[in-house]
Amino acid sequence: MNFSFLSDPRYNLLGAFWNTIQLTLWAAVGSLILGTVLTAMRVSPVPMMRGFATVYVNMVRNIPLTVVIIAMSQVLANGLGVRLASRGEGAAGAQAFLTSQNFRLAVLGLVLYTSTFVSEALRSGINTVPVGQAEAARAIGLKFTQILGIIVLPQAFRAVVAPLGSVLIALTKNTTVASAIGVAEASLLMNTMLENEADKFTAIFIVFALGFVILTLPTGLLFGRIAKKVGVKR
Amino acid sequence: MSKATAVLYDHPGPRARLRNNVLSAVFLVLLALGVWWVIATLEDKGQLRAALWKPFLTSQMWTTYLLPGLWNTLKAALFSVVIALPIGALLGIARLSDHAWIRVPAGVVVEFFRAIPVLILMVFAFGFTVTVLDVADPLYAVVIALVLYNGSVLAEVFRAGILSLPRGQSEASLAIGMTKSQMMQIVLLPQALTAMLPAIVSQLVVVLKDTALGGILIGFVELRRVAGTAASFYKNVVPIYIVIAVIYILLNLALTSLASYLENRARRKRAGRGSGPVEPAPTVEAAQAPGLTDTGRL
Amino acid sequence: MKFRKLGPAVAGLVAAGLALSACGSTDAGSAVSSATSAAGSVAAGATSSAGSAVAEATGGTATGGAGLVEKAAAGTLKIGIKFDQPGLGLQNPDGSFSGFDVDVATYVAKELGVEESGIEFIQTKSSEREASIENGTVDYIVATYSITDARKEKVNFAGPYFVAHQDLLVAEGSDITGPEAMSGKILCSVAGSTSAQKVKDTYAADVALQEYGTYTECVEALAGGAVDAVTTDDVILAGYAAQYPGQLKLVGKGFSDENYGIGLTKGDTAGTDAVNAAIKKMIDDGSWAAALEANVGPSGYVIPTPPTIG
Repeated sequence: MNFSFLSDPRYNLLGAFWNTIQLTLWAAVGSLILGTVLTAMRVSPVPMMRGFATVYVNMVRNIPLTVVIIAMSQVLANGLGVRLASRGEGAAGAQAFLTSQNFRLAVLGLVLYTSTFVSEALRSGINTVPVGQAEAARAIGLKFTQILGIIVLPQAFRAVVAPLGSVLIALTKNTTVASAIGVAEASLLMNTMLENEADKFTAIFIVFALGFVILTLPTGLLFGRIAKKVGVKR
Repeated sequence: MSKATAVLYDHPGPRARLRNNVLSAVFLVLLALGVWWVIATLEDKGQLRAALWKPFLTSQMWTTYLLPGLWNTLKAALFSVVIALPIGALLGIARLSDHAWIRVPAGVVVEFFRAIPVLILMVFAFGFTVTVLDVADPLYAVVIALVLYNGSVLAEVFRAGILSLPRGQSEASLAIGMTKSQMMQIVLLPQALTAMLPAIVSQLVVVLKDTALGGILIGFVELRRVAGTAASFYKNVVPIYIVIAVIYILLNLALTSLASYLENRARRKRAGRGSGPVEPAPTVEAAQAPGLTDTGRL
Repeated sequence: MKFRKLGPAVAGLVAAGLALSACGSTDAGSAVSSATSAAGSVAAGATSSAGSAVAEATGGTATGGAGLVEKAAAGTLKIGIKFDQPGLGLQNPDGSFSGFDVDVATYVAKELGVEESGIEFIQTKSSEREASIENGTVDYIVATYSITDARKEKVNFAGPYFVAHQDLLVAEGSDITGPEAMSGKILCSVAGSTSAQKVKDTYAADVALQEYGTYTECVEALAGGAVDAVTTDDVILAGYAAQYPGQLKLVGKGFSDENYGIGLTKGDTAGTDAVNAAIKKMIDDGSWAAALEANVGPSGYVIPTPPTIG
C-alpha cells in the first residue's frame, strides 16, 4: 500500500487534524456552558425560562447538524448578513476574515446543536441526586441558585462524566460536517486528497480512520477513568 | 418534570412569586428583543417578502422538490435501520460470546465503526459501491455507512439489553437443560428486544438526521439537498431552511413520542405482571453510561 | 442463533468495511488544463452520417451491452443532466426541465428517434458522471461536461457542442475587472472544482478561496456580500446573472476554453458518430442558436459562433 501522499507538501494533514481538534475544543467549551445554562433554566422556578429551554432543546436536537451548520452560513451569515469576524485590509485580511468567519460559524453551529445533548445528559445527572439532599438544603434555607450551584450540579456533573464523554466523542466526529461550509478540517482535506490521489483510496481511508480513532478512543478511556474516579458512590 | 424539579425550590410565597414574575418578564423582554432583531433583519434583507414564502403554498413546491427529497430521506433511514438491526443483534451477541475469537473481533468492529465519523464512512462507502459494486446511486453508500455505524451502536444497545435482564433468567434456562443458543433465542433475546424497542425507535431519529450527511459530499438527493435545488429556482434560501428544519422537527418529535409511548407501555406491562424487578428500559444513553439507569431518585 | 455461525458473518463485515478499495476518482467540476488540447481529437470521423452509424453499431460497442443507437431504437433514453443550474439544466416547479443542456439533450434524443416522452432525465453530480456512464445509470450525459484527456480514458465524448470560458461573477458596481484583480479578494467556488484553484495558481496567489457545496450557495453568498466573486464557466454564471438582474454581472474576461461534450459509453463509436451528426444538424438548422438565445440570452450573454465538430 502506497502512503507516499503523507509526505506530499500539498497536504497539511497535521494542520487539518489540528483544525478538527480546535473545532472540537472550542465547541466543547461553548456547549458545556450553554448546556449548563439551558439545564439551569429547565429546572428553574421561572416558568418562562423553563418553557424556553425545553422548547429550544426539543427543537434543535431534532434538526440534522448538517442543516444547522449550513444554515449558520447560508441563513445567518449570507441571508441575515451577520459577521463573526471583521475583514482587515488586503490579502491577509481577506484570508484571515474567511478563515475566522467560517471557523466561528462552524463552532456556533456545533455549540447550538451539542449543548442540547449536554443539557439532556445533565438533566439525567440531576435525577441521580437523591431528593433528600435538596430537601435538606431547602430546610437549612438555601436558595435555588445555591441548591443548584453548591449541592445538585456538582454531583450531577460527577454522575454524567461518562455520558459527557460520549457527547464529546460525538462532537469530535461531528466536526467533519464543518467541511460543508469550507472549514479546512480533516474531512475536507480527505475529500481533496481523494480527488487528486484516487488510486490510493484505501490508504487514505486508513489514515483518516486511524486519525479519528486516535482522537476518540483515548477520550472514551479517559472519561471512563474519570467517571470511575469522581463518580458518587451511593 | 415539574414534579421532579419542584424539590429544588420552595413553593413560592408572595415575594418569590413576584420575583419569578419579574424574572419571567425580563426574560420575555430579552426574548422578544431577540425575535424582533431576527424579524427586523429578515425584513431588512427582504427575506420576509411574500414572494419568497408563497411557493410553499403551491403544490409544485412539494411534489417536485420537497416530497421526493423527503421520500429519499425516509427510504435511506428505513433501509438503514432494518438492515442495521440484525447486524447489531449479531454483533451484540457476539460481544457476549464465551469464545475470545468471536468476542474480540466483534468488539474491534464495533469500536472501530463507532469511532469514525459517518461522513467519512459515507465517502468511502461511495467509492466502494462505485468501483466494486458498480452502482453510482449514492443511496447505497448512504445506507452502507449508516448500517455500519448504527449496527455498531445497536450492538451496544443489544448487549446492554441482554445484560440488563436478571441473572435468574439465564440461570433458570441453563438449569432446565437449554443450550446457550436456545437460551439466547427463546429466553433472553425476546425479552431484551421488547425492552429495547424504545431505544431502537430513538435510534431512528439519529439515522434520520444522519441521512442529511449524504447530501454534503456524495450527492445523495435528500431533503436538505432538494431544498438547495428548489432554492436555485425560487431564490428563497432562508425560508426554505426554516421549512425543512420544521419538517425534521415534526418528524423526529413524532418518533420520539412513539418511543416514549412504547417505553411507558412496556413499563406498565412489566409493573402489571409484577414479576422480577421493575427495571427501566435501557436507552442508548443508558447503554453508554452505566450508573444512569437510576430513575427512582430526584 | 448459534455462535458458531457468527464467525463468517463477522468476518464478512470486517471485510466489507475494510475492503473499501481503490475508487473511481471523485473528479473536479471542470478540469481546465487539458481541455483545449482535447477538443479537436475527440470527434474524429463525426462526419459520417447517422445512417451509416446505425449500420456500424452492431459490432461497434466495446462494453458488451447495446450501444446508444440500439437503446434509442427501443424508444426510451436515460439522460444525465444538472438539476440546479439556471440556464443550463434546471428542474422547474412543474417537474419539467429547462436549459441549454436540456435542449441539446432533447434535440439529440429526437435525432436518435426518441420523443420527449421517452426521455428520463437523471440528476448527475459532477463527480458521478463517469461512473454513471460506465455502469449504465444513464445512456448519455449533457451536463456542462468538459472534454478532458483524463475523462476520455473512461468515456467517449461527442461534440464539443459548446465552448465555454471560465469567468467571474461579481456584484454590480464591483471594481473587479479580471482574474488578476482577485488579489486580496474572496472567491467562491464549489468543493472539488479546480476553477478557483486555477485563479489562485495562475492569476492571483493572494486570493482567499471559499468552498461551498453548490454554486447556488456561492451566488447567495455573493448577493449577500459575504464573498467578492464566484468563478466557473461563463455560461453557468450567465444563468445566475439572469436570476439577479441589476444585482450581479459577469466580468466578461473569459480566461480558458471549456469544451462541453456529450459523454457516452467508452468505445461506443457508432453512438458517438450519431450524436455528433445530431449536434451538427442542430447547429446547421439554427436550433442551436435559438436554444442558447432562449436560455442564456436574457442575461446579456453574447451568443458565440458554434464550435466545429470533428
